[in-house]
Amino acid sequence: MRVPEFAVDEPRWSQSAEAPSRERRLAVAEELHALLPADVVLSRDEELHPYECDGLTVFRQQPMAVVLPRTEQQLRTLLLTCRRLGVPVVARGAGTGLSGGAMPHASGVVLSLARFDRILEINAAACTARVQPGVRNLAVSEAAAAHGLYYAPDPSSQIACSIGGNVAENSGGVHCLKYGLTLHNVLGVRGYTMDGDAIQLGGAALDTPGLDLLAVSVGSEGMLLIVTEVILKLIPKPALAQVVMASFDDVGKAGEAVAAIIAAGIIPAGLEMMDRKATAAVEPFVRAGYDLSAEAILLAESDGTPDEVAEEVGAIERVLQAAGATAIAVSRSEAERLRFWSGRKNAFPAAGRISPDYYCMDGTIPRNKLGSMLKAIEQMEQKYSLQCMNVFHAGDGNLHPLILFDANRPGEWERADRFGADILELCVQFGGTITGEHGVGVEKLNSMCVQFAPAERAAFFAVRHAFDPAGLLNPAKGIPTLARCAEYGRMHVRHGQLAHPELPRF
Amino acid sequence: MQAALQDLRRCVMDAHGARRPLRLCGAGTKDFYGERRAGALLDLRGYRGVVDYEPSELVITARCGTPLSELESLLGRHQQFLAFEPPAFGGDPTIGGVIAAGLSGPRRSQAGAARDFVLGAVLLSAQGELLHFGGKVIKNVAGFDVARLLCGSLGILGPITEVSLKVLPLPRAQQTLRFEMPADEALTNFSRWAGQPLPISATAWCDGEAWVRLSGAPAALATARERLGGEGLTAGEAEHFWSSLRHQTHPFFRQASVLWRLSLPSTAAPLAIAGTQLIEWGGALRWWASAQPAAEVRALASAAGGSALHWRGGNAGQRFHPLSPAVLEIHRRLKARFDPHGIFNPGRLMADL
Repeated sequence: MRVPEFAVDEPRWSQSAEAPSRERRLAVAEELHALLPADVVLSRDEELHPYECDGLTVFRQQPMAVVLPRTEQQLRTLLLTCRRLGVPVVARGAGTGLSGGAMPHASGVVLSLARFDRILEINAAACTARVQPGVRNLAVSEAAAAHGLYYAPDPSSQIACSIGGNVAENSGGVHCLKYGLTLHNVLGVRGYTMDGDAIQLGGAALDTPGLDLLAVSVGSEGMLLIVTEVILKLIPKPALAQVVMASFDDVGKAGEAVAAIIAAGIIPAGLEMMDRKATAAVEPFVRAGYDLSAEAILLAESDGTPDEVAEEVGAIERVLQAAGATAIAVSRSEAERLRFWSGRKNAFPAAGRISPDYYCMDGTIPRNKLGSMLKAIEQMEQKYSLQCMNVFHAGDGNLHPLILFDANRPGEWERADRFGADILELCVQFGGTITGEHGVGVEKLNSMCVQFAPAERAAFFAVRHAFDPAGLLNPAKGIPTLARCAEYGRMHVRHGQLAHPELPRF
Repeated sequence: MQAALQDLRRCVMDAHGARRPLRLCGAGTKDFYGERRAGALLDLRGYRGVVDYEPSELVITARCGTPLSELESLLGRHQQFLAFEPPAFGGDPTIGGVIAAGLSGPRRSQAGAARDFVLGAVLLSAQGELLHFGGKVIKNVAGFDVARLLCGSLGILGPITEVSLKVLPLPRAQQTLRFEMPADEALTNFSRWAGQPLPISATAWCDGEAWVRLSGAPAALATARERLGGEGLTAGEAEHFWSSLRHQTHPFFRQASVLWRLSLPSTAAPLAIAGTQLIEWGGALRWWASAQPAAEVRALASAAGGSALHWRGGNAGQRFHPLSPAVLEIHRRLKARFDPHGIFNPGRLMADL
């Protein structure tokens, strides 16, 4: 059976962008300065420098200009100008992203939403917050606290990361298993297309007519629209939360304990795992009280009314004991609960303390593959002569192996990069995915070739084309072109098999 | 099953080649829903069966033709369920149809909608290729979330051949409470209760009575019941009531010849529509049996920040709430790329799509 082609809308921007000519740079900057206030456009080298990268610092690029609009009118002017001049636009929130999604385009403009930083409304009766995209994640919960409400998604970077960035990446956090991802907690967005049209997707009502364009917009990494307002769902703050911390003398047993908790019909508010290397790195840093003799520790949080929590904590303890936990501790106060979590939330900075550089991976696998994955990572440590510490959102199978390396030593970054790609490829083989919550950005373009077949990638380009026919919003991110995948040279795998084995190969 | 799938692929490729429209159909329980049905029947019931289910992973993967009853009884044997409580409308829909329609039941405002539980889907493209989007894991941000875009698409982008859904453990206990109160008082109470840490899993108001279902740990239910008061119903009475809302077997739905479905912010003030009303989802879903002119109902819904769907009655092509021009243009471009010859359910979601 011959398979005809899906229409392909690949961006005309190269995924290895070349620097624009000096004349082009000057012409674009001049146009922007002419149309926008002086303090809204940055175009001098020293002003552009801080915008060269996001949280993934190994990829850097200087943009032609950075624009920080104060009003929607200025934002729309920027979009229309860039559309007219054919200049790519890369949206940027707080710059904490870990996949290079906000890395500038050499021939493009960075659109910073930092000045869209107002909480417009906390509607306690409707349990919603209407905020601008530059508002920090934690600021929403702080503002809602007076009403006994909070915003559930809590990425580790929540003190700094912005809601706009969370929407772009569909960010997770440690409470996703029970309370969902950003996708489940965003009711609607308002924003602009690259053509300058104002659009609203979703809203304060639960169902909206037509296709669910909100679903594709959340996690679209700045490739579909520029968001200027977000309606977030708030939920009542539970009366009580407690954490159960359990030690295991074997990572496999810890993995099985995770499955056993779920199988017992319990959905903990958080379910996290750290291996021995991770606890050893964080303990001297935060003194969380972790058991350093354990091969792995699990943190399981229960929240609700005091009665509910007492019941659930008891049930969790029984399951953990049966699963072979060597020690179990339950937080006795809010301070102790936060201390148990502090080590987990500080795992990334702790890696930065014990190693000159670290490379954070973000694959997801079915929970029952946790043990196999850890063993495979151990073998990869030997293959690449690099250490790797492991923290997991175990409840949802989301891994964050932190590969430790020293960028100043020749060849180490390249080895770390290949190490990471191997982990992601294994995630796909296990039936998982190459990114659970950090996004593809520029970082995982190659791994996308492994997870998706050409026709699937063509469908992604079709979605992009529907929102932005000119292909100017964050081009060269998220979806690899056919040429890029051909260059990468690894075949697409699905569950350990080549896709569509029934089809002839040429 | 491979033969059934190859048949479907062949049908789609032939239709694409001949530019011949197809009417995608499962069990036909939602034939009444949508603007218009046209094209040669493509029966999707033959490709059926649960492909993968491991209770501790909280995910079930099934082929499109799998009957909902089969899937739910399998989940029930493991004390799990589809938390969005899809309506069956008195029949036995296929899981493909459930997701393509994207409708959710009474638990929607607390647990989420059908789309919130979609983890992955396989789309049979107009060109006959099987495209995999999403997957079987809860956290997955690789590529645009096309699997969720398909949920509620009414088949206009192509048939969903397989779907992976997140499932949840059944609540350990449930208790339904009933209160006598007028609609406006019920709306105020629903909103007040939603802001408190109460284990409310569904609310409804109909005919002078407010209904509240509590689900969760027995201890939490006891505390909540003490706080809320009301008359406690037996498990049988409660099941009968919520099931009649979920599947629309309740007399309110049976009697109405013209029925509006208004999706509104839950806190929207009571609407001045002539007719009778049934409220669900804490006020976010309001059904009106009303003969008031369509333009007036739509205007009221829009003014309240929501939309109105002519669920029963009304003219084909004008049932769904109209889209803004920019959003409509995105729909057109999506349809043109996914289905260049317009063979999948033409006109079902919107007149010119």
